[in-house]
Parts: sequence; C-alpha cells; structure tokens
Amino acid sequence: MRSEAGIPLAPSYGPADLPPPESIPPPGMFPFTRGNFADGYRGRLWTIRQYSGFGTPEESNERYRYLLAQGGTGLSVALDLPTQCGYDSDHPDVEEEVGRVGVALDTLADAEILFDRIPLDAISTSFTINGTAAILLAFYVAVGEKQGVDRSKLRGTIQNDILKEYVSRGTWIWPPRPSLRLIADTIEFCAQEVPRFNAISVAGAHFRDAGANAAQEMAFTLADGVTYCDEVMARGRMTIDEFAPQVSFFFYTHGDFFEEVAKYRAGRRRWARIVRERYGAKDDRSCMFRVGCVAGGASLYAPQAHNNIVRIAYEALASVLGGVQSMFTAAWDEPFALPSEDSATLALRTQQVLAHETGVTRVADPLGGSYYVESLTDEMEARVVEIMDDLERRGGMVKAVEEGYLHRLISEEAFRVQTAIASGERTVVGVNRFETDEDPPEVEGYEMDEKGRIRQLERLAEVKRSRSAADVRAALAALDAGAGGSENLMPLLVNCAKAYCTVGEMVAVLKDRWGEFRQPTVF
Amino acid sequence: MPVRVLVAKPGLDGHDRGAKLVARTLRDAGFEVIYTGIRQSPDAIAAVALQEDVRIVGLSILSGAHVGLTKKTADALRSAGADDVLLVVGGTIPKRDVPRLEAAGAAAVYPTGTPLEDLVDSMRALSGAAQTPL
Repeated sequence: MRSEAGIPLAPSYGPADLPPPESIPPPGMFPFTRGNFADGYRGRLWTIRQYSGFGTPEESNERYRYLLAQGGTGLSVALDLPTQCGYDSDHPDVEEEVGRVGVALDTLADAEILFDRIPLDAISTSFTINGTAAILLAFYVAVGEKQGVDRSKLRGTIQNDILKEYVSRGTWIWPPRPSLRLIADTIEFCAQEVPRFNAISVAGAHFRDAGANAAQEMAFTLADGVTYCDEVMARGRMTIDEFAPQVSFFFYTHGDFFEEVAKYRAGRRRWARIVRERYGAKDDRSCMFRVGCVAGGASLYAPQAHNNIVRIAYEALASVLGGVQSMFTAAWDEPFALPSEDSATLALRTQQVLAHETGVTRVADPLGGSYYVESLTDEMEARVVEIMDDLERRGGMVKAVEEGYLHRLISEEAFRVQTAIASGERTVVGVNRFETDEDPPEVEGYEMDEKGRIRQLERLAEVKRSRSAADVRAALAALDAGAGGSENLMPLLVNCAKAYCTVGEMVAVLKDRWGEFRQPTVF
Repeated sequence: MPVRVLVAKPGLDGHDRGAKLVARTLRDAGFEVIYTGIRQSPDAIAAVALQEDVRIVGLSILSGAHVGLTKKTADALRSAGADDVLLVVGGTIPKRDVPRLEAAGAAAVYPTGTPLEDLVDSMRALSGAAQTPL
C-alpha cells in the first residue's frame, strides 16, 4: 500500500521508525519540524484569510470594509486577469475578463478607491499577484503615502512568484531572467524600505492544482525558493538574514490526510536546513518556513458536490495539524462558479469551528512523536530532496521551466491520477463509487454586472485626461532607462504609480526591453 | 483518417489541467490533437484551426468568461471561413449558461464533472455526424 505521492506504507509503525532526536526538537526550535512557535496556536491562531475581490474597486472596497468591521484583520485581494497579465481594462482583447475573477486595477486612482477609509497601518493585505507584483507593490506604497502612512509601517504580502506561473498558473509576462531581476528588486526594496511586508510568497499551490503530488509540490516550491534566494545572494548586496524573514510560502492541502501533515512538517525542516546550510543564516528567524495554504481546489469534485464540504473540513484539519500560519478554505460550489455569499460564509465557518470548537489549538504539534507521522515526515523529506537534486542536476528551475520539463512531470502525474480514478484504483466518493443519478445542483454563483466594467472604463479615461502627460512621459522614460541598466526598479515604479501611469503602460515599457515569455505546450 | 481536434485556451485563464487531460485522452482515443497552449486570442485560435484543417475546436475556460469568449471564437471561425468547424466548450460552467453557450455557437458543452468517456463518445458522434453531408 502506498500514499498518494507513492510512499510505501507499512501496516503499522513503532519506535524503530522514529528519527534521531535532533530532527524533532521541541516546537519553536531549529529545524522547526514541530512548528515555528513553542506555544503553537496558543500565542497566535492561524490567520483566517478568505480570498475575495470582484468587479470594481468601489464594490471590493465596500466588501473589505464589511469584512474588517466583522473583526477581520487581514485582507486578501483577488485581482482580475487583465491586471494580473498587465493589460489595462480598455485593451480590446480583455473585454470579457475585466473585473471577473477579481478587482480591476488600472492606475493608482483605482488603488486609492480600493483602500479608501481602510487604514493601511492597522491591517495586513495579501495580493495574489505575480507578473505585475512589483507594480502592485508600488501602488500600495503610493496609497500609503497618500494616507500619510510611512512605508515602513505597511504590512502584507505580494505573491510575486513567477516561476510557477510559467508552469501552471499562467499570468506570466516577461521571460524568466528579467522577471527574476524584478523579483530580486522587490525583495531588496522590501528589506530596505518596507520591512514588515513579505516580498514574496513562493507558491506550490498551483503546481499541485495542475496535477503535482504532495512531494513534487513541496520540492518544486523549495527549488523555486532557492532560485529566488540565489538571485538575491548573487548580487552580493545583502546577507540572507537581511531578507529571508520576508520570504513566505503557499500550498494546497489535498485529501491524503497524514501525507499532508507530513508534507508541512517535512517542508519546514528542509527549508530551515537549506537556509542555514546553503546560505549560512545566523538568525533562526531566517530559517522559519512561514506558510499559508488553501483547502479545496482540484481535490473538489462536481458530482455530489456537497461532499466537498466534508473534504474541505478534513483538509483544513490536516493543515492545522501540519502547523500552517494562514488558511483559505474554498467553497463547496467552486467546481461550478465563483462562490455565492452562502457558500463563502460556510467556508469561513468551517475554519471557525475548527479553531474554536475542536480543541486542536490547545497543544503545539499534537501529532509530534507519532511513529507513523514522524516516519512519513522523514520519507517525505527524503523524496523532496531527491526531486530537488534531480532538478539541480538538470540545470535548475529556470532551465526546467524553459524546456518544459516541469510541465511534463506535472501532466504525467495529473494523467496518472485521472487513470487511477477511471479504473477505480483510487476511490472518489460520488464520482467512481457510491454514485447517484443526480443533476448538478442549481448554483447561484456570482453574476457579473456589465455596468461595473463601463464605470471602470470611464474612470480610466478620466484619469488619462486629467493626469499630467509630461509627468507620465518622464516617469516611463526613467523606467525604460532603469530597465536598460541594473539599478533597482522599485523606486522608478513608485514614481510611475504616482504619475498615474497605467499598469499596461508600465508593462509595455518593460516588454519592449525584455520581450515576452513563450510557454512550451507539452501535454 | 483520424479526426483532427484543436484544444484551445482562449482569454487569460491559465488553468490548463483539464485542457491537457482532455487533449491526452482524445489522442489516446484515436483523435489527432493539437493544443494551442494558454492565453490565445479568438482570432489566433481561428487561424490555427484553419491552417491545421481541424474538424473540431474544443475551448477550455475556467474563468467565468465562457459566454463572451465562445461567441468571439465562433465569430472568428466564421470570418476566417471555417464555418464547417465544430465548436465545443468545457470548463467551470454553471448549468444556467449551457443554453447561452449553445446559442453562442457551441455544438456541445462539457461542464466540470463530465466523465471523460462521455466526452469522447460525444465528440466521436459529433465528428461522425458532421462528416455526413446534410
């Protein structure tokens, strides 16, 4: 018998399967197998951070202020695909997608509305943004300035992980090399000027959703993390301890319960060791693996869709027993549409019941010392190391991305799982066992309002009319010159943001310099 | 002769697990499959469909923008002179949108949860029927 990632399993485990004691010191001690904090969730509960954002900045602002009034302390901003891919709302090719899977941001004017009456020094904001992450960070810094909040007080995260975009999520713009430079620029800028902001959230979640198994998800993600750290270290301007505490991670939790718990424990230990051994970190905080997760995604199924409620709850429990720092629980109707108000609320309640009723938060790392879980953690770490070594031997992540090697591995795994479900080798309740002849549920979903898109276009036109054309030209010219050299581009982007340049204009300048990525179409 | 199918991802949505699984399944079922990769414009999809002389274009859309993108792709196929190409659509599609997609020019719609063998059967039937002169 094997786990979902193919780890062979014995019928039971015993004392001989435990790792040496130095691998599992108490929680809060290097290499943090048992968690980052000595008191687990007693000191601080994980952050319940539900992904939301839709339509226009006005609509999203209203939603955020509602969430904060309900006691929320963090926002998670969903951007629409044009903003993520670097197109303005008035670009002719993106008409259907404006404001659809998130909010549309074209200029600083939109960002000002999005955060209107939200004090940026009192909350933290997470942006799921990659290709245009540096530009969104520039907007955030500029909005803070307008509110009178110094950039040193801003808290939040930009995802800013382009490598997985090339492989599985798809919001790439430029080729890997210049993109890595821009990411290193943001990491440097945050370390020096926005010290409470996470410059990157290295995300394995999207590898997982595209088909990778748990070991591949962790290995690819850590390999990406290494690539970004290598890039910053190669500049020779900062030590690892100056920026590693601003690096965080993000994963999907799927259905194989103990394997997921082991994945987080193994990842924490491996990252801690990498940061100390490869980069010579002296500060233990640099070695901490700060991790957020999503429960749901590709582990959800359309037939008997209400079963997804149960799947999400188990996944949430596994995440917490794995020691995550923040979590987003998906809604059961995700296979059909964007969530309705009801399904989104139920997803939130799932976490609240787990946090406040089940008692799982009382003791740090409750599964620590379990013969099985410790052994599985070791096995998982060994596999992660093996996959990372393979990638390194092949010339590293960038090469694996450019050559389509990762695309192939992930497609193979997705196909293997699909075949196992089709043959009945893997059971999915309601899909290939215990099926019923029921119609898909009537899902309310979220219906787009065409008026919102029109308002967005009107505002963009108004901003373009009222801004100083000379300032725009000067800011873009400075960005262009900077991109041709090696200086940090962040101050130039902040400058562009303040001149009300559009996302599309900034992206176009850099595209002229750097070109565009072409994705391998392997299947 | 095997039926040629173009699997295409219009718009900006990058989720292509489903598109690739479908491409591979169709290939294993004896179709000749071309995959465009993600982020293709309707015009580019129509151009490839014409150039590769495909019988069926299968769109995969998970972003919710399926109605508009299907309409645009159908228009692009028509103006490229590829009227005889069949258009089918799969992805995150609520039930209420199936008639809208059919009205937009889809010969078949495969919402999330459609078993792959049903999809293969449906595409075989469609391509067979389409080869018979009306």
